[in-house]
Amino acid sequence: MATMPDEPSVRLASRQAPPFAGPPGPVTSRSEHPVRVEEDLMEARHAVRAAALAVDLGLVDQTRVVTAASELVRNAYIHGGGGVLVIEQLSRKGGRGIRLTVSDDGPGIPDLDAALDDGFSTGAGLGHGLGGARRLMHEFDVECPPGGGTTVRVTRWAPG
Amino acid sequence: MGFSHVDDIQDASGEGRERRCDRGTRGFDVSAIESAGRARVARALRDHEAEIAENWINLQVEQDVLVAGIGEGELRGEADQLVASLRGALADEELPTARLASEHAELRRTLAELSLRRARGGATPAAISLAVLALKDVVLEILRRSTRDATELFEAAVVLNRVLDAGGILAFDQYVATREEIISRQSRQLMELSTPVVRLWRHVLAVPLIGTLDTSRTQVVMESLLQSIKDDEAQVAIIDITGVAAVDTSVAHHLMQTVAAVRLMGADCVISGIRPPIAQTIAQLGVDLSAILTRATLADALAAALRITGDAPLPAGVGGGS
Repeated sequence: MATMPDEPSVRLASRQAPPFAGPPGPVTSRSEHPVRVEEDLMEARHAVRAAALAVDLGLVDQTRVVTAASELVRNAYIHGGGGVLVIEQLSRKGGRGIRLTVSDDGPGIPDLDAALDDGFSTGAGLGHGLGGARRLMHEFDVECPPGGGTTVRVTRWAPG
Repeated sequence: MGFSHVDDIQDASGEGRERRCDRGTRGFDVSAIESAGRARVARALRDHEAEIAENWINLQVEQDVLVAGIGEGELRGEADQLVASLRGALADEELPTARLASEHAELRRTLAELSLRRARGGATPAAISLAVLALKDVVLEILRRSTRDATELFEAAVVLNRVLDAGGILAFDQYVATREEIISRQSRQLMELSTPVVRLWRHVLAVPLIGTLDTSRTQVVMESLLQSIKDDEAQVAIIDITGVAAVDTSVAHHLMQTVAAVRLMGADCVISGIRPPIAQTIAQLGVDLSAILTRATLADALAAALRITGDAPLPAGVGGGS
C-alpha cells in the first residue's frame, strides 16, 4: 500500500496498490512549472514526458502519465485560474517513479465524488478528466481545504 | 516661458500660425522655449549638416556597441538621412516637437528604417535607441560653439530632448513591433503548415495532425477541412493522429467536434493512426470513441474510405481514380 501524506485532507482516493510495496524513496529530481497561459499546458506536457522518460517508464506508461498530467494541468488552468505543476522523480527499492503535484488557488471542487464520476463536467469538456487521471495513475490523492484551492497528487511507478 | 500664446511662435512660413490657431491641438507647445529652440536647432542642422553627421558617426564608433550591426558605408548614408529628415521635421510647423518622431512622415520612416537595418544586423534594441539619443549630444556640442548663453542652450536642449527622446523610443518600438510581427507570422505559418488537407483519392481527403489539438488548432483544422470537403465534393475525411503525442479528454473532445462537423457536411469521417499506447490510454481514460470510425493506420483508413465511396482499390502502382 502506498503511504499517504500525513497532513489532513478532505479526501484521499487511492486507485490501486503500486506493483511493489515499500516506502517511497527519496526524490531524485524536482522541477516546478507554472501553469498560467495556454502555452504552459504544452510546456508542462513536454516536461512530464521528459521526466517519465528519465525514470525509464515504457511508452504506454509515458503516454498515461502525460495524458493524466494534461488533464490535471488543464483543470488547474480552466477551473483553478492557473496553478503550479511540480514534477518529482522518485526512486525506491524495486523501481523508479514519477509524482506530479498540481495545485491551484481556485474555488476548489464542491462535490468531489461527482467530479470523479465519469461524464460529470461543469465546463464544456467530456467529464472524464479527473476520473480518467485517477485510472491512469497508481496513486491518486486530492485535497480541497475549506479555504479554497485544489491540490491533486498522482504517482506512477515503473515496473521493476 | 511656459504655455503663453500663439504669437510667441516664430514662424518660418508665416502661414502656419493661423492653421495652428484653428487646430488648437492639445498641448500644442505654444511655448516660447520651444519655438526659439526649434529655430536654433534647425539652423544648426542646416549650417553644420555634414559636421553633425560626421560627429554622430564618430561618437557611435567610439562607443562601439552603438554601431553593432551596421557597416561604415551604411552608417554614413544613415547619418545624412537622419540629419536631413530631422531638419525637415523641425521645419514642419504643423506638428509639435514631441510628436515629430511619430507623426512626421519622413522622420518616422527614417527612424523605422534605421531600426530595421540595425535589427537585421543583430543590434540590440537598447543599442539602437542609444544611437538615436547620441545625436542629442552631437547637436548640443555644435550649438555650444556658437553661443554661451545658458537660456539659448537650454531652449535648444529642451527641443532636442523632446524630438530625439521620442525618436529613440520610436526606434525601440519599431524593433519590438518587427519582432512581434515575425513571431505572429511564424506561428500562423506553423499553424497552417501543420494542418494540410491532402486529397488522397477521389472524394477522399486526409488531414495528418502533428503535435497537439487545442481549441485554436481545432478551429483551423475544421475550417480548412470543411472548405476542402465542399471544394472537392469529398465523401470521406480521414484525420490521421499518428503525429499526436497524447490524446487527453480535451483532444478527444475536439476530435469529436470535428467529426460532428464533417458529418453535418454530409461526409464520413475516419480517425486513423491510433497507436497502441494511445488506444490503451483513451480506453483507460474512459473516453468513448465507439461512435467514430477508427482505424489503426492510414492505409486501413483509406481502404475503409474506398469501401464507403464505392471505389474499388486499384492495384498497386496505378494512381488516381477511374
